[in-house]
Amino acid sequence: MPETKTRGGVEFARPAAGETLVRARDLACHFEVSAPLLTRLLERRPRTMLKAVDGIDLDVRRGETFSVVGESGCGKSTVARLLVGLYRPTGGTIEFEGVDLAALRGRAERAPFHRKVQMIFQDPYASLNPRWRVRDIIAEPIRTHRLLTEPAALRRRVDELLSQVGLSPTDADKFPHEFSGGQRQRISIARGLASEPEFLVCDEPTSALDVSVQAQILNLLKDLQREYGLTYLFISHNLAVIYHISDRVGVMYLGRLVEVAEVGDLFARPLHPYTRLLLETVPDLEMSGRDRQPMAGEVPSPIDPPTGCAFHPRCPFANDRCRSERPRLRHAHGAAVACHAIEEARLPVDSAGVPLEGRRA
Amino acid sequence: MPLLEVQDLRIELPTRRGTLAAVDGVSFAIEPGKVLGVVGESGAGKSLTGTAVIGLLEPPLRIAGGRILFDGRRIDNLPYEQMRRIRGREIGAIFQDPLTSLNPLYTVGRQLTETILTHTEMTPTQARRRAVELLGEVGIPSPEQRVDAYPHQFSGGMRQRVVIALALCVNPRLVIADEPTTALDVSIQAQIIALLKRLCREHGTAVMLVTHDMGVIAETADDVAVMYAGRIAEIGPVRDVVKNPGHPYTAGLMASIPAIGGPRDRLRQIDGSMPRLFEIPQGCAFHPRCPHAFARCTAERPEALPTGRTLAACWLHDTPEAVDA
Repeated sequence: MPETKTRGGVEFARPAAGETLVRARDLACHFEVSAPLLTRLLERRPRTMLKAVDGIDLDVRRGETFSVVGESGCGKSTVARLLVGLYRPTGGTIEFEGVDLAALRGRAERAPFHRKVQMIFQDPYASLNPRWRVRDIIAEPIRTHRLLTEPAALRRRVDELLSQVGLSPTDADKFPHEFSGGQRQRISIARGLASEPEFLVCDEPTSALDVSVQAQILNLLKDLQREYGLTYLFISHNLAVIYHISDRVGVMYLGRLVEVAEVGDLFARPLHPYTRLLLETVPDLEMSGRDRQPMAGEVPSPIDPPTGCAFHPRCPFANDRCRSERPRLRHAHGAAVACHAIEEARLPVDSAGVPLEGRRA
Repeated sequence: MPLLEVQDLRIELPTRRGTLAAVDGVSFAIEPGKVLGVVGESGAGKSLTGTAVIGLLEPPLRIAGGRILFDGRRIDNLPYEQMRRIRGREIGAIFQDPLTSLNPLYTVGRQLTETILTHTEMTPTQARRRAVELLGEVGIPSPEQRVDAYPHQFSGGMRQRVVIALALCVNPRLVIADEPTTALDVSIQAQIIALLKRLCREHGTAVMLVTHDMGVIAETADDVAVMYAGRIAEIGPVRDVVKNPGHPYTAGLMASIPAIGGPRDRLRQIDGSMPRLFEIPQGCAFHPRCPHAFARCTAERPEALPTGRTLAACWLHDTPEAVDA
């Protein structure tokens, strides 16, 4: 039974939680990073492609927080931008509420999608127009989608949004520079909520903030999700933040998903060797006397990724098959993992446990 | 005897609205071979304190009070040329962004040998050998070849290693590391921290580690100073500050860091934000956000008071039966 709720004077139906809201299949995004044409012709070099996202499948269920974690350059932000439609995929499909985005033609057909999907960016200093007043910044999505036209109603709605994110309606007439980083991120969130979206993509929303402010923003995001049944795609490199906010987590490495699992399972029993190493490196605030295991090596260049499993040069369990054959995501031990060693049961699963109590980052 | 002693340091910033105290009444000491972590939110004055120690404050910022002693000798009032000799020779610096600390036009080998030649009596051949040796020491693979590479040919983590090599090339006795791992991925961060710890142990170098990352501090530092609005809120051995904080700000800060393995409900948050320099409140700068504030906190600025094994600038500890924060 769909429940109906009024928000900002607009009626909307909220379908049941749990169904797939966003479905991506074999999603790829390649960028051309070749030298200029003339240089290429003179030096007889081929075109170079950077495979930022190289064939990933993912499902985001309605009402959940799906997080993507990985090191810089792994393609997690590109995934975020693909899902909100800021980049056009090189290959693969994205479906939102069962509708293939590639099938939508023109602004008018895409408008309902853009209303339902909003994004919050990492840098609250760069994502707000410094010449606009807060009121206009927040009202922009409402005006664009013609959700409210009457000035008084629009004003009421902006005031309401500001209160929802913990700011005061009197802040509406100020400019962004009058606010601190945390307050600016609240303004970004208010703008994100203005068009009553169902799917909010948060790309490192707390990375530029201090820890005490980070806690405020994470709490706010959780409260808003509970209240409005929002679905989040959350991008972060901070594992403690991921642990705190997520329902399910996808771990990315060099443009591919290497493991997808429920958050509790992922942290209690990481399967993929990369996930295990990532968890090993979380700083230990409790100082159990355990030295962090420095992970050897660095992320290879996505322009020239290793053959087979992209992680094999850093993986202590790699064999010939890992060097030649690319592993696919397979279901194993209640999660999905792309690893030959797990599939062949070469890698024990239970010994992976990291002492987790109180690890913070 | 402490290698570095900062006493009652005050850094001022003259503006049209009057003179602001960006850092006020900051005192601490670092023994040889020890790591002092300086932690705080952005704008708390932690980087300025580090910059003042190496004598690189940019005007109009200026040291308006207090003393900085290096090996028992005052260095805050030295003429520029004299300070320049100490900087690099005795005190090394590592900054957050490894790209801006390196000259893109010179190979890393040239930058290293130049620094070595400036500060020591070595011949160019010896200096080059030392440069290669250093690159190997900070964990750069095949240093004989990499020594002739340019900064852009290194990845972020490798570049930060070069910066560390540059800071250490003449065996300074003190290293000021300002957010050395902030721009790096966690896996690389662990490598850099392990490297700093090892160098500290092997060479007896003292380190002042400025960062906002409590996890890095907890793993690396011996002592920690928590800064808030230009002042030290709490200072003491790292274990005591982390496990048993005496200042309500430290307690709030620790509680607001998300923990893996703990409950996944709401995080404890400190409401509001740190005051800007021109609106630092009377009395204790933290009192408007403090759950324990009472009348005295709004009127009188707290001094550093002993609480267990740490010193906390909080009036809660001024009574014989001190309240637990």
